[in-house]
Amino acid sequence: MLSIKDLYVSIEGMEILKGINLEVKPGEIHAIMGPNGSGKSTLASVLAGKEEYEVTSGEVLFEGENLLEKAPEERAKEGLFLSFQYPVEIPGVPMVNFLKSAVNEHRKYKGEKELTAGEFLKLMREKMDMVDMHPNLTNRSVNEGFSGGEKKKNEIFQMALLEPKLAILDETDSGLDIDALKTVANGVNALRSPERSAIVVTHYQRLLDYIVPDYVHILYKGKIVKTAGKELALELEEKGYDWIKTENAN
Amino acid sequence: MSVTLEKVDLSLKYTAYYKQVKEELFEGSSDILNAQRSKAFQSFVMQGIPTRKNENYKYTNLHPSFSPEFSFAHSKTEKEADLQEIFRCDVPQLNTTLAFVYNGWFSRKSSAIDQLPKGVILDSLESISKQQPELLSRYASLADPEEDPMVAMNTAFAKDGFFVYVPKGVVLENAIQIINLMEGSSDMFTTQRNYIYVEEGAKLQLLLCDHSENQNNYLSNSVTEVFVGSNAELEFYMLQNQHNKATNIHSVFVEQQRDSRVTTHTASLHGGLIRNNLKFILDGENCEANMYGMSFLDKKQHVDNFTQVIHAKPHCVSNQLYKNVLDEQSTGAFAGRIHVVRDAQKTNAFQRNNNLLLTDEATMQTKPQLIIDADDVKCSHGATVGQIDEEALFYLRARGLDEGKARLIMMNAFAHEVIQEIKLEPLRERIDELVDKRLKGELARCHDCSYGKDC
Ligand SMILES: Nc1ncnc2c1ncn2[C@@H]1O[C@H](COP(=O)(O)OP(=O)(O)O)[C@@H](O)[C@H]1O
Ligand SMILES: [Mg+2]
Repeated sequence: MLSIKDLYVSIEGMEILKGINLEVKPGEIHAIMGPNGSGKSTLASVLAGKEEYEVTSGEVLFEGENLLEKAPEERAKEGLFLSFQYPVEIPGVPMVNFLKSAVNEHRKYKGEKELTAGEFLKLMREKMDMVDMHPNLTNRSVNEGFSGGEKKKNEIFQMALLEPKLAILDETDSGLDIDALKTVANGVNALRSPERSAIVVTHYQRLLDYIVPDYVHILYKGKIVKTAGKELALELEEKGYDWIKTENAN
Repeated sequence: MSVTLEKVDLSLKYTAYYKQVKEELFEGSSDILNAQRSKAFQSFVMQGIPTRKNENYKYTNLHPSFSPEFSFAHSKTEKEADLQEIFRCDVPQLNTTLAFVYNGWFSRKSSAIDQLPKGVILDSLESISKQQPELLSRYASLADPEEDPMVAMNTAFAKDGFFVYVPKGVVLENAIQIINLMEGSSDMFTTQRNYIYVEEGAKLQLLLCDHSENQNNYLSNSVTEVFVGSNAELEFYMLQNQHNKATNIHSVFVEQQRDSRVTTHTASLHGGLIRNNLKFILDGENCEANMYGMSFLDKKQHVDNFTQVIHAKPHCVSNQLYKNVLDEQSTGAFAGRIHVVRDAQKTNAFQRNNNLLLTDEATMQTKPQLIIDADDVKCSHGATVGQIDEEALFYLRARGLDEGKARLIMMNAFAHEVIQEIKLEPLRERIDELVDKRLKGELARCHDCSYGKDC
């Protein structure tokens, strides 16, 4: 599904990702952990198509096609979804209009009929229940005045609406209480299927109790320094990152 | 007119012109209007056409606009056909009482002047100033020729315009819509003087639509004086929708008595050069003044909004929100002055000007000015000049909206804050559409026109 080969990324001349290799097969869940500033969000943003990052070498294939040459909207419509670490507030853009446009852009791309306002509202209500979003929130502008937790739920809500093939969750669990955390996990698990995959960036083992990963990677200073099964997350929980830092000090 | 000296000083040219047509100006005009002409002319001679050295016109160079060899409409020309027949306003379901001003002259023939409640007047200034001079001079003029050369010039040249009067306690159900149409067979200069009197406890919604036909150079220099009595309410919408060879200079003066509420909306959708002077004098306690403005510019268009609010009495609120979207090489300016006089305690005065630059070539000048002589006041002002928020753009794109659509959504969102304040619902919806079209790069005319894309 996703194949990252020797990816180097810089911003403003500073090298942030230094040779990332990662294979995500259909149906797999990969967790990426690592200290702050390691480059986790950079990786997520590059995959989603943020332009200010410069890919200096390497390649990324998404379903066999060169991902890096595609516009962000194309990536989205082909099934890649990024749950932002910091969702953006967009005053003046009503949530409902935005979501309806997004859903219909996806449908058009797939050659499906666009949803009418009525059909969309029905779909929206269904998904809103699923992620336990307060109905009032969809009457507002995108993320405007949302609490931290509401913003994160809104990301999962959008994911549920768009049903991506590959979801990248960038610290979607940070700052959530246990109930909200379960909601997020339910949202992800509801989409699980042999065809869909997810990359879950997190600092906490507790999310991985609910979204059980097939692999756990540690990203440190722009490199994946360790890859193992879900037990690695437990080990990190127990020992912190110091041993990783020591092992990779040079 | 034909004073053609090489590099002739423009102000001299117009001075000479005034002398040349003086008789024509006085002829047929009321004593009231004529009484002010000579003095106003002297005042214009002293000031001249403003240059950028004039602090109030620092950001707008009017000289190119005054350069063409204009013909003037010093006497009334009426179109044969009823203007209502040939000009259709495309705002659906807008139930208005419709009136026309044609090349600066109020058209009684094409206006529904007799379809108004008893006592309400919608008529030509020329005839009112002759037939009911005492009504016209009920309020002292706010438009001081000494303060502004364009006001001086207007006062010297004006012969007609509209006069709207809503007597005490009368609440108009339908809005009055005045269509201000310029249509010349050559380059044309019009001067229009308007009055709006809304007496105690009365209520009026007035929509003034500036349009132009034909592809000539036009210059319109109008002055509108507005008096709003105690407890009265006025919503005044100004829709400016002309073409790139049109210069529109409009000076609006508003005086409010206690407990009154006035909202102005200045929507500059199309025009070559637009200069809006808007001065509010809050002369009674508990007044509320809302001033909204939006403009959408491209090519080499220029819009300059110059506002002044004088808080002369305590406990008043003024609120200004101006937003501009500037594309291509367009330029804009906003200068807003708030003056709170010494005893105007408990004043609330707010001002905000946000500007969106769509290209590196577009420029915007913004200048707030607060003069506060009272101590117990709340004032705030803020201005931003920026590009579309790239983070937000990326967020929208990351959900599948293509770049063009995402930009459009962002621009609409930017304008929406002003549009949502339009209380006249069909107008709001229509403006929403027009703005959307305008932002898509389509020509947004609020009436049918046969021009190509370059007008
Ligand atoms: N837009 C940016 N401009 C400059 N530096 C950046 C930018 N984005 C990220 N960085 C830097 O790149 C490094 C990795 O950041 P990030 O990917 O956010 O890490 P993580 O998500 O793992 O905490 C940090 O040193 C950060 O300061
Ligand atoms: Mg991060």
